[in-house]
Amino acid sequence: MMQAALAGDQLAYDRLLRELAPAIRAVARRRFASMGVSASESEDVVQETLLAIHLKRHTWRTGDPLGPWLWTIARNKLVDHMRRRGRRIEVPIEDFAEILPAANERPATDAADVDRHLALLPEKQRAILKAVAVEGASIGEAAARMRMTPGAVRVALHRGFARLAEKLRADE
Amino acid sequence: MKTEDLIRGLSADSSRRPGLGAGLALALGPGLLGSMLLFTLLLRLRPDLAEILAEPRLILKFAVTLTLAAAASALVLRLSRPGADPRPGLAALLVPLAILAIGVGGEMAATPESSWMTGLIGHNARFCVALIPLISAPLLGAALLALKRGAPTRPALAGAAAGLVAGGIGAALYALHCTDDSPLFVLTWYTLGIAIVTAAGALIGRRLLAW
Repeated sequence: MMQAALAGDQLAYDRLLRELAPAIRAVARRRFASMGVSASESEDVVQETLLAIHLKRHTWRTGDPLGPWLWTIARNKLVDHMRRRGRRIEVPIEDFAEILPAANERPATDAADVDRHLALLPEKQRAILKAVAVEGASIGEAAARMRMTPGAVRVALHRGFARLAEKLRADE
Repeated sequence: MKTEDLIRGLSADSSRRPGLGAGLALALGPGLLGSMLLFTLLLRLRPDLAEILAEPRLILKFAVTLTLAAAASALVLRLSRPGADPRPGLAALLVPLAILAIGVGGEMAATPESSWMTGLIGHNARFCVALIPLISAPLLGAALLALKRGAPTRPALAGAAAGLVAGGIGAALYALHCTDDSPLFVLTWYTLGIAIVTAAGALIGRRLLAW
């Protein structure tokens, strides 16, 4: 499935990520539980891992075993998350309360970190990310809405994800 | 953002990119051009190059530096791929080390002890230690930029391996100029020059290659 996904089969890729997410979530929750960290934070790690899988997918080669590749990325993201968490441990949660998203109907798959950093992206990248991801617009629809060419939308979408990962990493 | 939304967004981003190895090879091209440009500005080919091309001591320089670059390339790609085992890459580094050891052993067997220090000190040791890092710099920059697309678990180590790639190629270029041919000179000063590139790679890589 990873092969098809890398070859540009968008449906296969979507299905793959949807299958990976619960597996990553299960591992992250188990790790967090054993470290005495609230399970709600595990979704941050799930999203950071999915983002990393996406942005680093060219480091996987056809024929390599997918498992070690995937779990090494997940472990690295888990460690990153704990490291960041350790650094800002003194910051009271009230500081973030205002910018935390309101509760919604699927709280279990909502994560704070990505949203917090999404707000820091350049306006255009943020709008495209929101249109395509949250509202489910196609590249063509987003292009029409933003008065951009589909190619420019693709570039902005990719840069938006790369920027998001960069900001998540730099958050210290 | 919900995870499902994120996945929907990610799968819409279907940009395709070349593999990591191809990316590194593509980047080393311009890097090499930059290094060759520096070479022509700062150095010149040794005048007797054509006559001594078959000289074992000269061949040794290229054998050591170029196998080092090849082994380090294999290593750095392994270090940049999550879940890949770096040990075969580390083992490959034994090849240039073994070639150098054979060269040094041969030199010590073939020449009298009194000439060893003269060979080791050479004529341009300080020059060599400064010029190898300088000539390697464009290669190092190019390699690190290409490897930014990688995902090393240990970015400093991957940066160091990138330094070995750049230092190996840079030292091979420098060998076209350098007239100090004793393997003892190579052992001491080339190694030192390459070590500086490696340390620079580790320092820069630690930040640059983190993802």
